[in-house]
Amino acid sequence: MSGTSAQLSRLLTLLPWLLARPGTRIADVAAEFGVTEARLRRELDLLWVCGLPGHGPGDLIDFSFEGDTVTVIETAGVERPLRLTVDEALALVVALRALAETPGLRDRDAVDRALAKVERAAGEAAAPAGRVEVALEGEERVLPVVQAALDAGRQLHLSYYVPARDETTDRDVDPMRVLVVEGRTYLEAWCRRTEGVRLFRLDRVEDVRLLDTPAQPPPEAQPRDVSQSLFVPSPDATLVTLALRPAAAWVAEYHPCESVQESSDGGLTVRLRVADLAWARRLVLRLGPHVQVLGPPELASEVRAEAALALSAYGPESRSE
Amino acid sequence: MSAKKTERLLNLVICLLATRRFLTVQQIRSAVPGYDQDTEDAFRRMFERDKDELRELGIPLETGTNSAAHDDEPGYRIARRDYELPDISLEADEAAAVGLAARLWQSAPLAGATGSALMKLRAAGVDAPVAPALLEPRVAAGEPAFPACWDAVRDGRPVRFEYRPAGRPAPEVRTVEPWGVVSWRGRWYLVGFDTDRQAQRVFRLSRVVGDVQPAGEPGSVRPHGEVDLRAAVARMAADEPRAVARVRLRTGAGWELRQQATSTRPDGDGWDVVEIGFSDPDRLADRVAGYGSDVVVLSPPEARAAVVRRLQALVAT
Repeated sequence: MSGTSAQLSRLLTLLPWLLARPGTRIADVAAEFGVTEARLRRELDLLWVCGLPGHGPGDLIDFSFEGDTVTVIETAGVERPLRLTVDEALALVVALRALAETPGLRDRDAVDRALAKVERAAGEAAAPAGRVEVALEGEERVLPVVQAALDAGRQLHLSYYVPARDETTDRDVDPMRVLVVEGRTYLEAWCRRTEGVRLFRLDRVEDVRLLDTPAQPPPEAQPRDVSQSLFVPSPDATLVTLALRPAAAWVAEYHPCESVQESSDGGLTVRLRVADLAWARRLVLRLGPHVQVLGPPELASEVRAEAALALSAYGPESRSE
Repeated sequence: MSAKKTERLLNLVICLLATRRFLTVQQIRSAVPGYDQDTEDAFRRMFERDKDELRELGIPLETGTNSAAHDDEPGYRIARRDYELPDISLEADEAAAVGLAARLWQSAPLAGATGSALMKLRAAGVDAPVAPALLEPRVAAGEPAFPACWDAVRDGRPVRFEYRPAGRPAPEVRTVEPWGVVSWRGRWYLVGFDTDRQAQRVFRLSRVVGDVQPAGEPGSVRPHGEVDLRAAVARMAADEPRAVARVRLRTGAGWELRQQATSTRPDGDGWDVVEIGFSDPDRLADRVAGYGSDVVVLSPPEARAAVVRRLQALVAT
């Protein structure tokens, strides 16, 4: 969409939005529409000179400003928002349908009612919605216990698999919420063992038990912002630099990198912070010929040593090419 | 971006919404500021571009005549009932569900679309508070082929692309009438009718190589009857393993491999042997190599060879 289209679309939504909310603070309107206050004021100025043909008194769009608030007085007939476009209707209806089918979602009834109303308002624009389906994974084994803990406000005992060390650990946690990201379900909780907020992938929970102890996450246990990435590495973790060939470039999408640089062969040079060098060693072993370790040197030598050890189990065939 | 152009387009929308009669091009020219200073030719070109721009935003521009007389010049208007979002009011829990749905997509174009849909609902008076829910599903669509496939499915338009099936080195060109896209276990698939093979096929979008090109007109995809898209993808995903590898694992290690194992038995001395389905030896090597010396592939030979190649390359670095 061009800049003008985006702006026109925003202005056509802005008028009815303001009409529905007289006396809203200008700063709040700007935040709602994701623009700066200065920009919003310029757009209000622009609206002010638009209106019905003739452009006489009463034909033009008009506002009253009181303190730092704004109220629409004349709308020039733009009193309702435009219908949803096919993309908007599709994205919203498909998302609601996916939610309605998510196992473990408790407000299914509300989702169903919202879906019916949105479909009715979208009309024909929602017609292609049957051509897009999102299957969110169900989690029937661990989730009911987790939800019981959240409902009752009680702690959980988890036996949890830690892939970086390839071992199972035991811990008590204070559950905070459940997330589903990229088809996987996670429990976000305050971990009593590590004294920090941790995400636990439910399919890596080997065993879960509801405890009698009330859950009391400390005040510093804040849910993390998952709009960007689930995994925010701590700044004191080891900095690892990898040269990724094109076949391994997905690593840059799956793991948050401090920097990503394109190289001349179509690959990437990435720098990432890892809490545990064992995790990086396993990643590099997994990527094999598609990655080169640029640093730290001990990671490169650990990888070589582990690969040589693994190779020794294959006997004579490992020496012939 | 030009404020003048936005102003002209906004005045045009207001003017066409206000009229019940169809307005001729000349009537529009004299009524809407911004069309008055150009030559006739320049005005016509500008008006054509403006019409396209309004239609792109989904504004229903109607053309027609005010009487049946055939010398009546056709004109334009916007029918209010086609333009305006119908009344919608949501209970608090319904609004929360819509808010949750709007946060589902982690892909920029889809998140943008739900975002602007939500703003329109809010402009219609709906209040959708951002209340964190107990369960917060997120769906990404990072596959480069996704946007083009979404458009093709939305518009019912055949497509052509290069595709690299599992275990085959060279991509092949496929032409498909797309029936739908399905997100399954965090990955996107395209389901449709492969016109070269004359059969239903499922494609994993991450295996599409390069651009997805249109291969027909919008609306030319033929109906498929009652194909269950999701079931088709589930079948394909379940069919994927074509061979079984026997893998020796140190006791307690290789948790993820154990999760996928079809059988597990102890092998003495702190080792187990598991059986794992796979389709492509190199992909099996991907899954195995990360565990280093805790895992040894026993059979079949091609899977062993893939792991040995992988480890040799790592030792040589």
